[in-house]
Amino acid sequence: MFDYAPAPESRDLVKFQESYGHFIGGKFTKPSNTYGTINPATEETLAQISHGTAKDVDAAVKAARNAYEKTWSKLDGATRGKYLYRIARIIQERSRELAVAETLNNGKPIKETRDADIPLAASWFFYYAGWADKLDYAGLGPNPVAHGVAAQVVPWNFPLMMLAWKIAPALAAGNTVVLKPAETTPLSALLFAEICQQAELPDGVVNIVTGFGDTGAALIDHNDINKVAFTGSTNVGRIIAKQIAGTNKKATLELGGKAANIVFEDAALDQAVEGIVNGIFFNQGHVCCAGSRLLVQESVQDVLIKKLKARMENIRLGDPMDKNTDIGAINSKAQLTKIDKLVKQGVKEGGQSWAPNCPMPKNGFWFAPTIITGVAPTNTVAREEIFGPVLSVMTFRTPAEAVAKANNTQYGLSAGVWTEKGSRILKMADQLNAGVVWANTYNQFDPASPFGGFKESGYGREGGRHGLLSYLKGSN
Amino acid sequence: MRLEIKKTYKLFIGGKFPRSESGRVYKINNHKGDFLANVAKASRKDVRDSVVAARAAQSGWAGASAYNRGQVLYRIAEMLEGRRDQFVAEIRELTGKSERQANQEVDNAIDSWVWHAGWTDKIESVAGNMNPVAGPFFNISTNQPTGVVAAFAPQDSPLVGLVNTIAPVIVSGNSVVVVTSESLPLSAVTLAEVLETSDLPGGVVNILTGNAKELGSWLASHMDVNAIDLEGTANAAELEILAAENLKRVVRPGIYSRTAAKGTLQHILDFMEVKTVWHPKGN
Repeated sequence: MFDYAPAPESRDLVKFQESYGHFIGGKFTKPSNTYGTINPATEETLAQISHGTAKDVDAAVKAARNAYEKTWSKLDGATRGKYLYRIARIIQERSRELAVAETLNNGKPIKETRDADIPLAASWFFYYAGWADKLDYAGLGPNPVAHGVAAQVVPWNFPLMMLAWKIAPALAAGNTVVLKPAETTPLSALLFAEICQQAELPDGVVNIVTGFGDTGAALIDHNDINKVAFTGSTNVGRIIAKQIAGTNKKATLELGGKAANIVFEDAALDQAVEGIVNGIFFNQGHVCCAGSRLLVQESVQDVLIKKLKARMENIRLGDPMDKNTDIGAINSKAQLTKIDKLVKQGVKEGGQSWAPNCPMPKNGFWFAPTIITGVAPTNTVAREEIFGPVLSVMTFRTPAEAVAKANNTQYGLSAGVWTEKGSRILKMADQLNAGVVWANTYNQFDPASPFGGFKESGYGREGGRHGLLSYLKGSN
Repeated sequence: MRLEIKKTYKLFIGGKFPRSESGRVYKINNHKGDFLANVAKASRKDVRDSVVAARAAQSGWAGASAYNRGQVLYRIAEMLEGRRDQFVAEIRELTGKSERQANQEVDNAIDSWVWHAGWTDKIESVAGNMNPVAGPFFNISTNQPTGVVAAFAPQDSPLVGLVNTIAPVIVSGNSVVVVTSESLPLSAVTLAEVLETSDLPGGVVNILTGNAKELGSWLASHMDVNAIDLEGTANAAELEILAAENLKRVVRPGIYSRTAAKGTLQHILDFMEVKTVWHPKGN
């Protein structure tokens, strides 16, 4: 075996301010009610962040409403599009800085922020920029209209990318927004606020209020918002759906998942192993569409698990800033505790847990890539979203059994199918109750491609023409 | 003089016509206030039986070809046309509407079935997408039925409101448990007889007469229901909260008109899920 020399990205590419206020009406407010945001790989405090109150939320919604009435809804689509193009370009120009910021605040490997999070965020703005003056073609008839003010709450697993998924289509459709980033990962959103200033986006079109769950709840609850977009856990999604019951607020909810990644005996097994690893260990498994349930055809179970373990021995866990790192830090201590507890539960219920022998850094939050074999469909680790680098392995004999087991979940966000047989792929894709089906690939994302779930994985779509529709209504 | 044979108005569950499991009925008077019929008053158990029947029927109905579903829906229009006199008479007796008004309602109901029949094999052409992703992938988005839908028909319409509640749900391959107007339920039971003779598989449409408020909470909180149309409810906000427990797709009251001879594509799409499939391109 070869050892890798350290290849750290430069920490100096980004400079955070000591403390941040909210971004309201085009300006940063004075920091108040602050808490520290950390680097989960080192536990070092990066900056002080303001914990938004209902009063801050109200100021932000007022700014968004004002911008909607006076500026943004009066601009022609082409001009709105030009602002989005500007934002896309600035994200591209500042991509190295943003990648470092994201890795420092989130703990994910720099190669992922560099190659996935930041380029996808830029591409989302570039894609939706082009829609802004073509709304008549969105599918709602001529002259569709925006909802007004959109309240958007995003999670910590892809902070800037999720922001882009929310803000780009909202602005293209003519809405103004108030966005709350996750409490543990606010920094890239605050850098994005600076980008809005650099792009000379009219004041109040984008507002960012930082804080915790209570800040988000105050935002969703606000009387003067018209649209809710939330990505996060199914439990919070449920609370939001109840909160907006009986109002005119429209919601897009992108919630949890427990995706089946199904490997048939005729699959290209080496490719499937890469897909399994990418499916569950990408972003430390902090992915709602992670392929967290491996369903392998019984006849190839032994050979596949052997290949998978051999591959896992070569996964590099450690410093997220190192360009060779595959698995970075778990985003928070709370999440680490949850993962640990669920894996212990899985073992208690009869599963066999295995992880490669990888050294763990002293500080920060870490969890080794883990597989649990011998899992029954009723086990906790087969049903609950772990949101960590933990794969539950089950077997099947026939395609019908694979479909039944794959669909036997409250979730329906995504699924994977590995087989060399084209007709089987198409039939499986028809039968799987999931919003995204990856066949002989996994975890692909693109601004032109709609994303979102069936059942308790939420409703509405983000991405593509369908994602645009979430921010528009027909004019009648 | 021959004594007339009167109809017993029962429920429609799984393609059969049972009485309410509870044994309950309620009295319907004609527009003059004279007794007209005893109508089955559906219970919680009837709701649960209906959801079981709807779930059992759904995958077969969704699996039928779009062409086939279109023919079945068109067949419903044919059967309804053939029995239009009965519907006109029932509507007049119940509501006191003029012959012209009653005929207009039946016309719209028939024409709406025809309008929906034509959509089955066109939804994908209009609402599906081939997506030009930035990589060597085949990527396609299609629309699939969401599953079992609970629906509350408008309270003020005996027939066309019911048709415009059922048709947008089943056109794409969903099954439905529909609660009829409480005070105007007779056309619904007669419609069930039409459906039963239209090659529609049993269980795709289940029709419950009774009290929307009582049945609403059972349907809204049922964990095997995927979506809910709250049109005919008076306590929609409460039901929306119950529906959130398993993230049901919710159509709030007053969003779509139910009186016309056609519906809208958006109404159909509200009960569908977008599924996107990726596959690499290569040698």
